[in-house]
Order: sequence, then structure tokens, then C-alpha cells
Amino acid sequence: MIRILFSLFLLAMLPLAQVAAAQDGPLRIEITEGVIEPLPFAAPDFVAESDGAGDVARNIARVVAADLSGTGLFREVPASAFISQITSFASPVQYADWKAINAQALITGAVSTGTDGRLEVKFRVYDVFAGQELGSGLRFTGTTEGWRRIAHKVADTVYSRITGEGGYFDSRVVFVSETGPKDDRRKRLAIMDYDGANLQYLTDSSSIVLAPRFSPTGDRVLYTSYETGFPRIFLLDVGSVTRRALEDQPGTMSFAPRFSPDGRDVVFSIEQGGNTDIWRLNIESGERQQLTYAPSIETAPSFSPDGNRIVFESDRSGTQQLYIMPANGGEAERISFGQGRYGTPVWSPRGDLIAFTKQNKGRFHIGVMRTDGSEERLLTASFLDEGPTWAPNGRVIMFTRETQGATGSASLYSVDVSGRNLKRVDTPGSGSDPSWSPLQD
Amino acid sequence: MGNMKRLTMIFAVLAMGACTDAERFGAGGLSGGSSASGAGVDAAPDSPAYFQQAIGDRVLFAVDQSNLSDEARTVLAGQAKWLLDNPDYEAVIEGHADEQGTREYNLALGARRANAAREYLVAQGVPERRLRTVSYGKERPIEICSTESCYAKNRRAVTVIAGGLSS
Repeated sequence: MIRILFSLFLLAMLPLAQVAAAQDGPLRIEITEGVIEPLPFAAPDFVAESDGAGDVARNIARVVAADLSGTGLFREVPASAFISQITSFASPVQYADWKAINAQALITGAVSTGTDGRLEVKFRVYDVFAGQELGSGLRFTGTTEGWRRIAHKVADTVYSRITGEGGYFDSRVVFVSETGPKDDRRKRLAIMDYDGANLQYLTDSSSIVLAPRFSPTGDRVLYTSYETGFPRIFLLDVGSVTRRALEDQPGTMSFAPRFSPDGRDVVFSIEQGGNTDIWRLNIESGERQQLTYAPSIETAPSFSPDGNRIVFESDRSGTQQLYIMPANGGEAERISFGQGRYGTPVWSPRGDLIAFTKQNKGRFHIGVMRTDGSEERLLTASFLDEGPTWAPNGRVIMFTRETQGATGSASLYSVDVSGRNLKRVDTPGSGSDPSWSPLQD
Repeated sequence: MGNMKRLTMIFAVLAMGACTDAERFGAGGLSGGSSASGAGVDAAPDSPAYFQQAIGDRVLFAVDQSNLSDEARTVLAGQAKWLLDNPDYEAVIEGHADEQGTREYNLALGARRANAAREYLVAQGVPERRLRTVSYGKERPIEICSTESCYAKNRRAVTVIAGGLSS
């Protein structure tokens, strides 16, 4: 049985023997000094079962392979090593041929396009060394233009079957696309697939936009814009690309918005007379409630997935630190106690961890801690890392990394919660402030 | 209201009294963009350009701080006098932070800085209705190197003279 146990990530610091004990059967994950040996898989071109489906069949297999390899948990066995070819989706798999090239998982599929332009994709996953299918075959249909989404759904299924975790490939990222030099930077909202494909701009670059945040269903985005000349929170409908100001009180600044888990409320900051506090707003009724009353800076609020609590940052102690309070305000409990400053907390969709930005000794880090502040782990270190956002399955974090100096620019990066697999996310040009959508339906 | 205004004006004039010596405006490099006096500035004394170049349009802050230095107070006193002398103008005070901070916090910090400058101007008698603040956080640096020499100039509150009041 091939299975990558995600708990291994969190156990990565434990002695090797304990990790090994968690393995069973022909599992070939080898952990040495916290590094997991990626699981080899083969993803031959899907079989084209109708005329003209050849390109899509090939492309889908490539995207599936890229999704899996991109996690760092899987390694693709190149087609040049194949002994057998998959020419028929229905024919029995020659396990010995795939064993011989050490492909522990085999993904086969078939693609056909109907006369109505609908795409049908079937696929199977095989546990080569066990000599059996892993789960049963599945079928996805969609539009021809939507072939990448189908590929991501296939990859999500494979990933889930092998890891036992939810996937995250059929998801999108909204972020701030940046152009121009540091002292004349142009910013506009952009949305793309998690892997950088299908990029679309949502605003022009005529005014500064900051920190877009997806709604829990991915259909709306909250962000801060200087459209009026002053920072204000806007709500954008992704489908129609229409927007409206949510907050427009003269003499105030509103920023740092995030949705509640039910998508009905927004928590955000209002600055008035130099003081910044946290508020909650019901989108439909416009009813507002002040949640913090302090002369210090209270900002960057983020709901727990159950909607009962809010984690935020405050400098009430003298430096930026993380606090948790009830979702309707009330007494806050400080959870960050390490060296340095902590900001931009974001609650994991699984509820177990809080990701944050940490500044210490002139360096910036993305880190995670338990919700009680224990088990703090720093995942990255650089001149400037900030603004984490969680993948839908709570296993990967995307963030902004900015390079230093006059020619410095911002890019999106991702990293596992284990600190492994740090890599730049492919975007055209520079990008910052990513927000990861939930899995699409 | 009229009495209040007059009192405020008197207070402001008194406060200005000690600072009418142009030599003291913006003395030193820290106030940025200002010269010791109007000398060398072509702009008319009642022009926004004069305010920017001769009076000094900005004050600087220490790391993660929004309190005004003595030097900043001197510059702001000059700004207040100019604003009182030129009552048709409004001003927007822009607060800024250096890049060494997270985006949201820097927005809030920039707002603190802009407000510190605003409160000083108001205390000097400039009517509140003529002043607005806006924070740009770390979005609008004027110096782009990643060392303290640049950061020091980016941690600023800039008083931007805006169009005249509609009368």
C-alpha cells in the first residue's frame, strides 16, 4: 500500500526509528534528517479515445505530473524509461514493467471529446508494488477550455488517495501584480490558478491595491484600495469583476479585511485619529461592531475556521505580538512569546496552526505555531518574507518574498508546513500579497 | 466660535513668536527638502512650492516611532505659521514607513506619524478642517536602497499643500 503519511512531516524532527515504525508494507518513503524521499510515479500520456483529443490527453497528463511533482512528495519517472506503453485504458496493466523502473504509483487515463465540445476524462491509479488498483476509476467531465481544472481534479484525487489528505491543486490565488521600480510601483489585482495558469487582471493599476482576501467560497474578494485617495476596503465579485466600497467614513482609513468563515461578516481595521482598532461588519446589513478598544495598533485579524475566535496582531505590549480574542471582542490572550516581532497571523483551515510573519534581528520569517502559541517553527528566512496564506488543505503556505536594494522586487513563494519544498510560484512579473482560494467545487 | 478662533490665532501667533527666525526652520539635513531660509527659492512665499522648498514639507521619525523630535517640531511650527498665513490652502499629511515592517502594521504606523504631525499643527492653531491625513505605509518610498540611510528618509510625514478651500 503506497501511502505518504502527512504526520511524518510534523514528526520530521523525531528520531528516525519512530518515523520508520510508521511505515508499513512496500512503502518506500525514506526520511533522512527530515527529508522525505519523493515517491516515484509514472503518468504516461492519457489515451485519446476520440479524434482530436490527443493534445488534451497529453497536456492533462503533463499537468497532473506537474501538480504531483510540485509538492516535493512525488518524483516523476520520465517516459523515456518506460518499458510498456499505455495504449488502451481498459487493458490490464503490466505491473512488472512498471516495477522494473521503480514507478511505485502509475496513473493512467483516457480523454474523449464529445460533439458538444464536452471533455470526458477517465483515470485510474495503481499501486504498482501491491499489484492492484488504488481506489477505483473515476470520470470527470467539463468544457474543453476547462481541461486544466480537470487535470487538477485528477491530481487532487491521486494526491488524496496516496497521502490521505485533501488536495489543493484545483484552487486559485488572488494577489497583487506589481510592475515598475520601487519608488514608482504600480499595483493591480490579479487572479490565477494556483500554478500560475489562466491569469486575469481584476483592476487596473491607476490606484494602489493591497492584500486581497478570498471569500470562503472563492467567489468574492476583499481588498484595500486607494481609489478614493484614501485606503478603503472594497468588495469585488470575481465572476462579474464588479466592486463596491464597503467602508467610506471620511477621516478614517479602513484596511486589513478578512471574511468570516460563513462569508457574511468582515473583520478589519479602522484607523481614526492615528489609532487603529479592529471592527466587524455585516456585509448585508452594514451593521458594524467595534471589537477592540485600545490606544495601540490592533490589526491583521483572522477568524478561526469555526468562527468563534479571532487571532490578530497588536503592539499593546510595546512590540507587535499575536493575540486571540472571542469573535465578538472581549479579553484577548497573547500567544506569541518568542524573540522579535510577530504579525499577519492567519488561522489554518484545519484549525490546528496559526501562520505568521516574524521579524527578528533584521530578518523576516514565515512561521507556524499551535493556537496556544506552543511549538513555534520558522519555515523560512530572508531579507523580507511576509503575509502567509494557507493552501486549502492546510499543508502548504504561500507568501510574499521581497528582495533587497534599489532593484528589489516581490515574488510569490510557497513552502510546506514542514519547511520543505520552498519554491517560487510562477507569475508573470512581480507579485505580492497572495490569498489562496478554497478548493473549487 | 469667533472668540475661539481668535484665541486660537493668538495662541498660534504667540507660539510662532519664538520661531519667526527663518534660520531655525528646517535647520539640518533631517527635515529634507528645506533650506535655511527662502534664499535660493524662486517660488513666491505664498506658493505651495515655497512651502515645500523653503519651509520644509516633511518630518522624519525613528524606527517604529511616531513621536516628534525637537527638529520635527521646529519644522512643523514653520508649517503651521505658513498655513495660518495662507488660510486658503488645505493640506494632506501623508504618513510613511520604511520597508522593514509588515504591510498592515506599516499602514497603521504611517497613520500614527501623520496624525502626530497633524496634532502638532492643530495645537499651533491650524484649523482641523483644513488638515487631512493619509497613510501609505511602506507603499511609497522616496529612497529605494535597503539600508538605514534610505530607511531614515522614508520614515516620514509629508505635508502636501492641496487646492484652496472653497469659500
